[in-house]
Amino acid sequence: MSVRALLIYMSLAAPAFGQGFAGLGTEADGFSVPQPGTAFNFPADHGPHPGYRIEWWYLTANLQAADGADFGVQWTLFRSALAPVERSGWSSPQLWMGHAGLTTRTHQFVAERLARGGIGQAGVSAAPFAAWIDNWQMAGRALPEADALSALDLHAAGQAFSYELALDAKGPLVPQGVQGYSVKSEKGQASYYYSQPFYHVTGTLTLPAGVIAVSGQAWLDHEWSSQPLAEDQTGWDWFSLHFDSGEKMMGFRLRDGGAGFTSATWIKADGRPQPQAPGALRVTPLETAAVAGRSVPIRWRVQLPENGVDVTIRTLNPEAWMDTRSPYWEGPIRFEGTHAGRGYLEMTGYE
Amino acid sequence: MLLRLDQIDKFYPTGEGPLHVLHGIDLSLEAGKSLALTGESGSGKSTLLHLVAGLDSPDAGEIHLGGTNIVGLNDTALAALRRGTVGLVFQQFNLIPSLDVAANLAFQARLAGRPDPAWLKVLAERLGLAKVLTRYPEQLSSGQQQRVAIGRTLAVRPRLVLADEPTGNLDEATGDAVLDLMLSLVAETGAALLMVTHSNRLANRLNAHVHLHAGRLA
Amino acid sequence: MVWTGLSALLSHWRRRPVQLAMLLLGLSLATALWSAIQAINGEARASYDRAAAILGQDRLAQLVREDGTRMDQQVFVRLRRAGWLASPVIEGEMRFGDVRLRVLGIDPLTLPPQAQQVDVAVGDELLPFITAPGVLYATPETAARLTEQATPPVRVAEGLPPGTVLTDIGQAQVLLGAKDKISRLLLWPDQPIGRAPLEVTAPGLTLREPSETGDLARLTDSFHLNLTAFGFLAFAVGLFIVHSAIGLAFEQRRPVFRTLRALGLPARVLVLLLIAELLIFALLAGLVGVALGYVVASALLPDVAATLRGLYGADVPGTLSIRPAVWAAGLAIAVIGTLVAAAQSLWRLWHLPLLAPAQPRAWARASERALRAQGVAAMVLLLTAAGIAHFGSGLEAGFALLAALLLGAALALPLVLTGILHLGGRLARGPLAEWFWADTRQQLPGLSLALMALLLALAVNVGVSTMVSSFRLTFTGWLDQRLASELYVTARTEAEATAIRDWLAQRSDAVLPIWSIEGRVAGQPAAIYGVADHGTYRDNWPILSAVPGVWDRIATGDGALINEQLARRQELGLGDQITLPGGWRASIVGVYADYGNPIGQVIIGIDTLVRHYPDVSRLRYAIRIAPGKAEALAAGLRAEFGLPAQNVIDQAGIKVFSLKVFERTFRVTAALNVLTLGVAGLAMFASLMTLSGMRLPQLAPVWAMGLPRRHLVWLELWRGLLLAALTMLAALPVGIGLAFVLLAVVNVEAFGWRLPMHLFPGDWARLAALALLAAGLAAAVPAWRLARLSPSDLLKVFAHER
Repeated sequence: MSVRALLIYMSLAAPAFGQGFAGLGTEADGFSVPQPGTAFNFPADHGPHPGYRIEWWYLTANLQAADGADFGVQWTLFRSALAPVERSGWSSPQLWMGHAGLTTRTHQFVAERLARGGIGQAGVSAAPFAAWIDNWQMAGRALPEADALSALDLHAAGQAFSYELALDAKGPLVPQGVQGYSVKSEKGQASYYYSQPFYHVTGTLTLPAGVIAVSGQAWLDHEWSSQPLAEDQTGWDWFSLHFDSGEKMMGFRLRDGGAGFTSATWIKADGRPQPQAPGALRVTPLETAAVAGRSVPIRWRVQLPENGVDVTIRTLNPEAWMDTRSPYWEGPIRFEGTHAGRGYLEMTGYE
Repeated sequence: MLLRLDQIDKFYPTGEGPLHVLHGIDLSLEAGKSLALTGESGSGKSTLLHLVAGLDSPDAGEIHLGGTNIVGLNDTALAALRRGTVGLVFQQFNLIPSLDVAANLAFQARLAGRPDPAWLKVLAERLGLAKVLTRYPEQLSSGQQQRVAIGRTLAVRPRLVLADEPTGNLDEATGDAVLDLMLSLVAETGAALLMVTHSNRLANRLNAHVHLHAGRLA
Repeated sequence: MVWTGLSALLSHWRRRPVQLAMLLLGLSLATALWSAIQAINGEARASYDRAAAILGQDRLAQLVREDGTRMDQQVFVRLRRAGWLASPVIEGEMRFGDVRLRVLGIDPLTLPPQAQQVDVAVGDELLPFITAPGVLYATPETAARLTEQATPPVRVAEGLPPGTVLTDIGQAQVLLGAKDKISRLLLWPDQPIGRAPLEVTAPGLTLREPSETGDLARLTDSFHLNLTAFGFLAFAVGLFIVHSAIGLAFEQRRPVFRTLRALGLPARVLVLLLIAELLIFALLAGLVGVALGYVVASALLPDVAATLRGLYGADVPGTLSIRPAVWAAGLAIAVIGTLVAAAQSLWRLWHLPLLAPAQPRAWARASERALRAQGVAAMVLLLTAAGIAHFGSGLEAGFALLAALLLGAALALPLVLTGILHLGGRLARGPLAEWFWADTRQQLPGLSLALMALLLALAVNVGVSTMVSSFRLTFTGWLDQRLASELYVTARTEAEATAIRDWLAQRSDAVLPIWSIEGRVAGQPAAIYGVADHGTYRDNWPILSAVPGVWDRIATGDGALINEQLARRQELGLGDQITLPGGWRASIVGVYADYGNPIGQVIIGIDTLVRHYPDVSRLRYAIRIAPGKAEALAAGLRAEFGLPAQNVIDQAGIKVFSLKVFERTFRVTAALNVLTLGVAGLAMFASLMTLSGMRLPQLAPVWAMGLPRRHLVWLELWRGLLLAALTMLAALPVGIGLAFVLLAVVNVEAFGWRLPMHLFPGDWARLAALALLAAGLAAAVPAWRLARLSPSDLLKVFAHER
């Protein structure tokens, strides 16, 4: 899912946005580049990697109220480095951006924050884990012997909404790609990428209508890289699926002039990942809707024949538009077919 | 009857009470005729002329000009009357010093909205002004100035010409010549002439002659 | 009919081009001076507005410390972490070489969109902006001033106030030597829900609502009011010319009006035509006037800008932009002024009896009754002035007093002159002298407007120059007291300051710290200085009033001295308590003169200063040394520490600089003075010129009776000089009264200090000479024309007599 990192690039290089993503995948001097066969080192790797250009902690949650109403919650902290170093004070070249989203069947709430590193307004620490920007935070409360990400408190607030959630992981961390080395194009662009898809969630949402108690499941991605996209890639569609049967699946398609590049990981209920070969995942838009003046697919057919998956995906709220500096679509979904369940969909680069 | 005055009375306020300047004046003048009005200084002859010109209004009586009673008309109507129907020639020539002779000649006709270049040309020739058209009034002799004033008045072809001592500022020879010119031109245009003068000699040259004494017609 | 009538009216001017020129010139000049002031004020106000609008201060609420001092930047982080959308700003003054600038530091990432002045985050520009050495954004003008100086890279950006550079907050903290400090916080207009209360998160901060007008606009208000009053005066003087030119033209054309009406032009049309004629002139002259005004304004603006910078620290660009509002206002004032000046003539025309006596009335002959009415009006105005002087207070009352005084004096002038001329006639011996006085008196009504204009100009000249000279005298004396030390040194760093202090210890008689902080006292910006307990202050400080043992009270730390302007503005006196930044209180033990400083100032003991403000910058020192050794010591200091020339200044250098600022402050006033006088001279010239045409019938009989023409010419010349001299005499007391009002009322309100008045008869003599010269020139041209008249021209008078 390293494609998400482009977001921060786009927002800080605003004029470039809208003219395609071409300039954003370029190599940069001095930044580290992911190498295959590197083992993760936890808990240190839960923290930031300033030597890499881009990094994010990305959490999506599918929640239900007592009356069965569905909600989606997004909490993301992006890091973007202007230079591959960290300095204290205002001269830090590390920039931070937070996105918070809350989706109901009829409404989409969005907030965005920017901050500079070095002064304490935003940052991430590995153990005990804490990721924050302003008063938004993802704070670890894991026991010392447990993984630092296994228990988290999550908070964000915008002008008209806020949420307060407690997350408890019921499974292990899952490396994506080949032992965490996730390839993004046929030319070899790649990122370090692991997930924690096994959170059980309880908490409250504060909406203009009042406070709602909710529970559900959540999925956290942590990914970092320096050269996320090939130059001809124009956008992506990313899926995270919680099957009712307990398995999970992560899949994405990077769109380019041709057939695109797809990749997927099948995650067993016990957390063991089965990385799929590029092209094994097939995604087909079935229906589009006009959202924010663009034509965006809101119904998909997703197939992973290897694991007998052939499902139709439907969005909870087609208007789940993240109206941030670099706008994109991100919202909760339900699916049916060979399997049923809930999940999250992200779509970028639709004009 | 072009002009008919009916029982005109006029008072002037003075320090010792109102002064009765005109007493029950009855007067009439046909189109194409000329009438001289004589009298001593202070007899009221200029006042009578001013009343006919609509420059002032009587305290009693009626002034019918071309069938209309002009007494009581407002300033705009009187101004229109002076522009087109009545022509005035003063003892002081009252030319506009900042306009040249040609502009002065044409002035009233343009003001009245009926300029007639051919007629103006004739007038300039007849009045002997053709050679001085580009001069300014102060560069003219008195006789020339009065001829410009007469030309200005006739340029508009008024139905009634009112003249107040038109030769009063001229020597006798010049005055006679100017008067001759005026009389013949007035006759040519078919207008009526009412002329105020203190000279019986001049008055006798007109069709008729009335004498004003102490505000009454004698 | 309309066009015929109008062309007849206008033809008058073709025959009298000088009269037309006078009318247009008077109107243009009046409009020019007025527009110049408006353009200058407009430019200054626009720049205050820009300053007030910078970083969206006119639309965004801010969090500040009540005493105006800087706060720790952790307050910013704390607020953000409590949910507040706030953005830090640091600002301060600093020098790059000899260029003094206001530095504004911002955080581009949290800056509210309303505050975005320059888009620093375009493409690759963010990294150089936020990392050393940073980038300075400045207007082209400011950037040009910086080209010679060692600064971080400078980029050009429109829309910033002049003299201000915008940079990253981190770089600004380094430049200003204020690590981890911020000046204030901008609040986003829309805040998220669930924020912690402000009192808990950021105690001690005050919420300041958005303000359309900054401190600058308020501080400089009186200065601009001053200018406006001057502009109005100049305009009024110009209107005298217009009034007399129009009045004359109406009188001259009276027979024409009569003829026109006799020929059938309705009175209403005639009046409308005349108004149309005036409007044409007004618009024409207005256009020329506004254009001329821009020329005058651009000539004056650099000095005004320097004044505003020196006096108020307000940065106004030295160049003028063309403002539609100034054009519109200029044309409007020209039209209104013309109609006002013509009102009397038009009213008369409206009521002109059709059969009024045909001979032209002597122009503007004031009847005895009119003169008496004018005298009554003058008395009322002068009494009003006295009343305001006694009961009024405030700047507006000051200007009302000035207006009543000047107008009253102007109206009284013809009466006074008539009296003097009567007296002269009574004392005259011989028929020619008697004729001279009587004839001069007869001229008076025609000349009185011009003489009134001259009186105003002269009185203002006397008043303003007396004020400025009094101020200069006081100011130089004050400088001698205030600048008692021989040398002043500014170190570049604290370490260098310590080294300099040590180095000087053996080489000088005393090293006195000049340390200060800025903050707010009684809600106004103020500076707090600490002084050492030293004879330099005890013997020299320009104390206005003090308790006994004032310097001991300062040394022991419980007393504070405040400057006169702070005392006057806040109505503080000896024994009152003031609250100083940080919340501690001190008792006022003395008030001292502090000319040329717009803000309040407080002086406390140096130890007290350091105790309450440990962070105070300790870079500046005054050095006492035998005057003969000062130069050598200064050279030694520069050589030893490699200090730039401007960091070691001797007493004389500062005095020269201060006097230069002072002179510049009043250069505008002086220029306006001269212009006003010029306009008045022109008014006199116009009146004499137009009168000269009517003089012939009055002079011809005298000539016919045997007075040589040359003699007549000289008499005409003398007449002009006599009237100017009498007017100058009358202007003296008025001017002195004006100076008194300026010094005792207007200055106190505008600047906050009161000055003693000194009289300068030498200046008056020079002014009188100037006035006589102007009057002589004005009278010379008509006299010269008279000299060139041929006898036949004079004879015509008799020939044409009617």
